Amino acid sequence: MADAAIARTNAAPGEPSTWERLKVNRNWLGLWFMLPAMAFLVLFLVYPLGKGLWMSFTDARIGREGRFVGLENFEWLIEDRDFVRALIFTIVFTFVASVVKFAIGLYLALLLNNNLPFKAFIRSVVLIPFIVPTVLSAVAFWWIFDTQFSVITWGLVKMGLLDRGSPINWMGDPFMAQCVVIFANIWRGIPFIAITLLAGLQTVSPSLYEAATLDGATKWQNFRYVTYPLLTPIIAVVMTFSVLFTFTDFQLIWAMTRGGPVNATHLMATLSYQRGILGGNLGEGAAIAISMVPFLLAAILFSWFGLQRRKWQQGENND
Amino acid sequence: MTATTSAPKAMPAPSVAKDDHSEGMSYLESLPRKTVTVYIPLIIIMVVLLFPFYWMFITAIKPDQDLLDLHGGNPLWVAEPTFRHFYKLLFESNYPTWLWNTMLVAVCATFLSIVASVLAAYAITRIRYKGAQTVGGLIFLAYLVPPSILFIPLSTIIHVYGLFDTPFALILTYPTILIPFCTWLLMGYFKTIPYELEECALIDGASRWQIMVKIIIPLAVPGLISAFIFAFTLCWNEFIYALTFISSNPNKTVPTAIVSEFVDGDVFRWGSLMAGALVGSLPLVILYAFFVEHYVSAMTGAVKE
Repeated sequence: MADAAIARTNAAPGEPSTWERLKVNRNWLGLWFMLPAMAFLVLFLVYPLGKGLWMSFTDARIGREGRFVGLENFEWLIEDRDFVRALIFTIVFTFVASVVKFAIGLYLALLLNNNLPFKAFIRSVVLIPFIVPTVLSAVAFWWIFDTQFSVITWGLVKMGLLDRGSPINWMGDPFMAQCVVIFANIWRGIPFIAITLLAGLQTVSPSLYEAATLDGATKWQNFRYVTYPLLTPIIAVVMTFSVLFTFTDFQLIWAMTRGGPVNATHLMATLSYQRGILGGNLGEGAAIAISMVPFLLAAILFSWFGLQRRKWQQGENND
Repeated sequence: MTATTSAPKAMPAPSVAKDDHSEGMSYLESLPRKTVTVYIPLIIIMVVLLFPFYWMFITAIKPDQDLLDLHGGNPLWVAEPTFRHFYKLLFESNYPTWLWNTMLVAVCATFLSIVASVLAAYAITRIRYKGAQTVGGLIFLAYLVPPSILFIPLSTIIHVYGLFDTPFALILTYPTILIPFCTWLLMGYFKTIPYELEECALIDGASRWQIMVKIIIPLAVPGLISAFIFAFTLCWNEFIYALTFISSNPNKTVPTAIVSEFVDGDVFRWGSLMAGALVGSLPLVILYAFFVEHYVSAMTGAVKE
């Protein structure tokens, strides 16, 4: 309705000049307003994306334009043990970290949704791991899990859980290192999930729980049949973002292990950096990065449908 | 007008709704029971979440000889705190330069992104030109393109544009991460502003530009603050572009410098490293302390909307 009114006023001035018309014409006006954002996104996002796709089919190296080699890069990658290992670890990393983050995040959100003293304060403290730059907290984990001087080892020895003569080789043992980076990723991701789910929980009216309880619902039934259905849309979105960012994580791994020991903790992003930038094989690096796209598309489709359910920004208010 | 009823929730929800639970059914829970089911797990989680910061802080103020000595005395405590690591960091290293670089890049990139986002968000929500919906959807998709698949082609493009190893490489590439986010956030805010205001101004002969600058922007200040804080944090945090596009020591940003410049061969200078990590986190923590509500609403708003 309001829209129609604006359209009428736009049409009102009798015989406008071309310039006048350009100034009021919605489509042109829209274009002018969109221009800065579009310029950035086209120059530094769409164009590189296309170029990355092209480069993945070439043998480009640093300082040399590549020749088109078709699917050669991908053929090599399939036979490359390090790549396959990175692919598998990326999937395991994403899966384990996302599931645990979600479980603990939801649990923490439910805890924070109780009637607590200093609620606002606790909530802001919980968010701190999320605020602090990932690299800087990764450096702290690097030190906490130092092979020789780990404070965790010290604690375990003190509690009598570990023999003093046999320290755990946290960062030197492939499996241990994998566990440590997954742990660090979970640590960092929990606040985001907890706080967003908490915001969702707070929109659920307490009277629903009262009604359910009067009907004899247990705590679990309260959660299963009241909280969970109402939270589903927000869970879908939060988890999509969580999965997306976990899958493409780079900085945590690079700061803590650089993919080592013996390439055990390489994610696809770090392997792509190592091959493409450090190794100079831009084409191969691009091919590794492009291999992430199918997985990302899956995540995006998931989020698209998650958002559709909630009439997101674009969909609503179309009169 | 569905927007005016649903969108404002993004903003006040965390602060308003928390009072709802002051009554509810909490009287059904006895204190001992609540201690076991709520307080103890909460304390355990908080301790785990905060321990790394404590350990960073303790390490940063420990004298060097105590750092590598886990067995004499308690490593969780410092008998003789020293500020030598901080002193070395601030006066005997390039750290101030790195801080300055990070600040410069973050402020410029955030500013550029917010200007572009305000214009874009206004156009999408209010001018509603042909294809506005599609563009809105595309911007959402751009938010889902991660830097880790773009950095290789971008690095060649940065070379071609002649931006390699300059702050401009970062100032111009960060907006691609920030614009989608800020636009998305601001679209939600702009929708909460009644159309009637705009109609009146149009009838009085105001141009779109005047309407945006004089009516929409002042009313969307909370949204702008949220966008600013979030964008600034993302810039400060960014690592992969900074690592790829910047090569010389004095041009580095804090995150990249920290991981590469504090290791002498095999010797890790843990004290300085931890001091550097703490100081590097400080600006964000201060910013955050002042604007927690905005921060939380930006984060939840971005997901909920």
